Amino acid sequence: MPIEILMPALSPTMEEGNLSKWLKNEGDKVVAGDVIAEIETDKATMEVEAVDEGTLGKILIEAGTEGVKVNTPIAVLLQDGESVADVGKAASPAKAEAPAKAEAPAAAEEKAPAQTPAAAPVAAAPKLEIAADPDIPAGTEMVSTTVREALRDAMAEEMRRDGDVFIMGEEVAEYQGAYKITQGLLQEFGARRVVDTPITEHGFAGVGVGAAMAGLKPIVEFMTFNFAMQAIDQIINSAAKTLYMSGGQMGAPIVFRGPNGAAARVAAQHSQCYAAWYSHIPGLKVVMPYTAADAKGLLKAAIRDPNPVIFLENEILYGHSFDVPKMDDFVLPIGKARIHKSGKDVTIVSFGIGMTYAVKAEAELRGMGIDAEIIDLRTVRPLDFDTIIASVKKTNRLVVVEEGYPQNSVGDHIANQVSQRAFDFLDAPVITIAGKDVPMPYAANLEKLALPNVGEVVEAVKAVTYR
Amino acid sequence: MATAARKAPAKSKSDVKSSGLSTPKPVDFTKGEELDAYRRMLLIRRFEEKAGQLYGMGFIGGFCHLYIGQEAVVTGMKMALIDGDQMITAYRDHGHMLAMELSPRGVMAELTGRRGGLSRGKGGSMHMFSKEKHFYGGHGIVGAQVSLGTGLAFANRYRGNNNVTLTYFGDGAANQGQVYESFNMASLWKLPVIYIIENNRYAMGTSVSRSSAETDFSHRGASFKIPGIQVDGMDVRAVKAAGDLATEWCRAGKGPLILEMQTYRYRGHSMSDPAKYRSKEEVQKMRSERDPIEQVKARLIGKKWASEDELKAIDKEVRDVVADAAEFAQNDAEPDPSQLWTDIVL
Repeated sequence: MPIEILMPALSPTMEEGNLSKWLKNEGDKVVAGDVIAEIETDKATMEVEAVDEGTLGKILIEAGTEGVKVNTPIAVLLQDGESVADVGKAASPAKAEAPAKAEAPAAAEEKAPAQTPAAAPVAAAPKLEIAADPDIPAGTEMVSTTVREALRDAMAEEMRRDGDVFIMGEEVAEYQGAYKITQGLLQEFGARRVVDTPITEHGFAGVGVGAAMAGLKPIVEFMTFNFAMQAIDQIINSAAKTLYMSGGQMGAPIVFRGPNGAAARVAAQHSQCYAAWYSHIPGLKVVMPYTAADAKGLLKAAIRDPNPVIFLENEILYGHSFDVPKMDDFVLPIGKARIHKSGKDVTIVSFGIGMTYAVKAEAELRGMGIDAEIIDLRTVRPLDFDTIIASVKKTNRLVVVEEGYPQNSVGDHIANQVSQRAFDFLDAPVITIAGKDVPMPYAANLEKLALPNVGEVVEAVKAVTYR
Repeated sequence: MATAARKAPAKSKSDVKSSGLSTPKPVDFTKGEELDAYRRMLLIRRFEEKAGQLYGMGFIGGFCHLYIGQEAVVTGMKMALIDGDQMITAYRDHGHMLAMELSPRGVMAELTGRRGGLSRGKGGSMHMFSKEKHFYGGHGIVGAQVSLGTGLAFANRYRGNNNVTLTYFGDGAANQGQVYESFNMASLWKLPVIYIIENNRYAMGTSVSRSSAETDFSHRGASFKIPGIQVDGMDVRAVKAAGDLATEWCRAGKGPLILEMQTYRYRGHSMSDPAKYRSKEEVQKMRSERDPIEQVKARLIGKKWASEDELKAIDKEVRDVVADAAEFAQNDAEPDPSQLWTDIVL
């Protein structure tokens, strides 16, 4: 029976890709291991190898096709004695295997392992009319941009503007970024300003802080924030505290950025949210954007900020598209929350990827006649309590959503402050939704259980609105 | 026979053949240089003695790590610097700051936690800085300053200037992982950084032989192709010679260099350390035979470049400076309570 060749998933978070080129033609003999096609993801171009032997009977997806979903049949392989006429009877699909030698593999194996297409736990957000950001002038042209592109654009613009800005980290230069956030920067700015480091988090974080003390403005990329635990002494003891310890003489204008929190199926050591950790530290600012516009405007602000800024990104969000204003210099204020959608019945506060749950829950709640206000914190330290409390005074109900661990979470802090500052305005206890109090499991079903889910948000809102 | 038992003087192991470097001979100082070194080292000695006194009187709190015995290391190196060269070290930092010509009043008032202190009373003994004098701390975490110093050197190379960074750390810090991460990057990127390992033989109470598999610290850069030399850190002229060699090496774009300064601290690790891990005789022997200040004094007298009276006059001047600093530090006001909330973020 002919074998279907399926579109492979080539990274933990890949959902679709472009079939850029066929390297075999219909009728060609193929043996296992032959490179048959090239696939382009938002991160890299990779080769697809055949798993089975046979003749390439029919190409189902033409070269140049964009947005081919993972697991879509892309070709049919005929076995001995079969002919093109048998196509259509294909069964037992055999997925093409992720290649051994990719032109630019997704990332170093241990660091960001390739994995199955069980795909991201968070699918694309439902359509929601995002409330106008008062920081964007009315009538500004908006351009659909991925978070990945927005981050790169922010760095490129700031590097053009200020010769003291440079980026360093693992694979940021020649490899173009493990997650392709630094794509093209080496070509534009050269190796002096786009610096590949050895795998040396503790050391290069310290080098970055030293360079910042000397007045440069480093952007230090961690391949993920999980690896920044190796460097946390330099971040906290050196970067965050020097301004205070020097009586204001010397600080560290530095940005530490990279993906934070759970990606997909990478288990306990690679799936942790550091928002609460860093937000504990005086001397740091902690930014955790959700939309591409916020990613761009806030990263530009972080680079210009004279303080150390922790900029927490999310791998799953990298590929999400949002409208970004087309402005010459779009800089947003750090420390200011944004009302993502205004409403009157309940306030849902979230940040970063937590927003995806809030947004999806809001759609369900709307169907139930509950008009929720969603606040995207954007910055976790300093926390914009004014915006939260103003909203609570209006809705009298608060639910906070985040992916991090529950104990001493950002949500717990918000609940505490709101109960102290706006107790009389609350009509129900504040409910905080967080990841479960367990290390992230690998199994797909357990991973799903460990993360927050939309149902929990909906239930929490129903509870605080007494539905 | 007595002579048979005596070991032949060990040939220095620190020759780094590939680099062609070896420990330079101590430079001959001019009269002016000897007097300058004498005055600078004496200032550190007297300052630290006074700090010890003030600690005993309760004016200085917390940790206080004195530099007495090691004065030649910072003094000789400072004599090899040009304007704009940077220095960074750990928490035994008073001597380094005085060598970089930070104000004795400012340092002492920081020790007493007063508003006139270099960090307005918010840093204390271990955390002082001066951008103006290119002194980048004063760091309390053992080894952290090595990565930071490497970053300072990175900035110099980035800017394409001619400055070098002196990154000081002890024999104890030399066993920290980030030191080697930094060595690797410094060598890879040819950064103008001089790693100065002040080997005073004890990491707090643990002797080098009990803590270090390789006790020749000049070899610690071997895996990273960083040459190193051992230097008599009790002889300011030997230190100056090594400093000249190292700064020239770095300014020529040859990358980092390690100087192992063989030195000795007379006092305990900190004020609260009774130093029972070594004998009184060992300390006494160093003081009487190798003292860095006495060595200069002996040369000044021997060459008739100064009389006892002239040296006493210098001592008097130095004591006056220190007394003034102590007086200021004891009487200056504590920081205003509002200072609790300043300098956290800009």
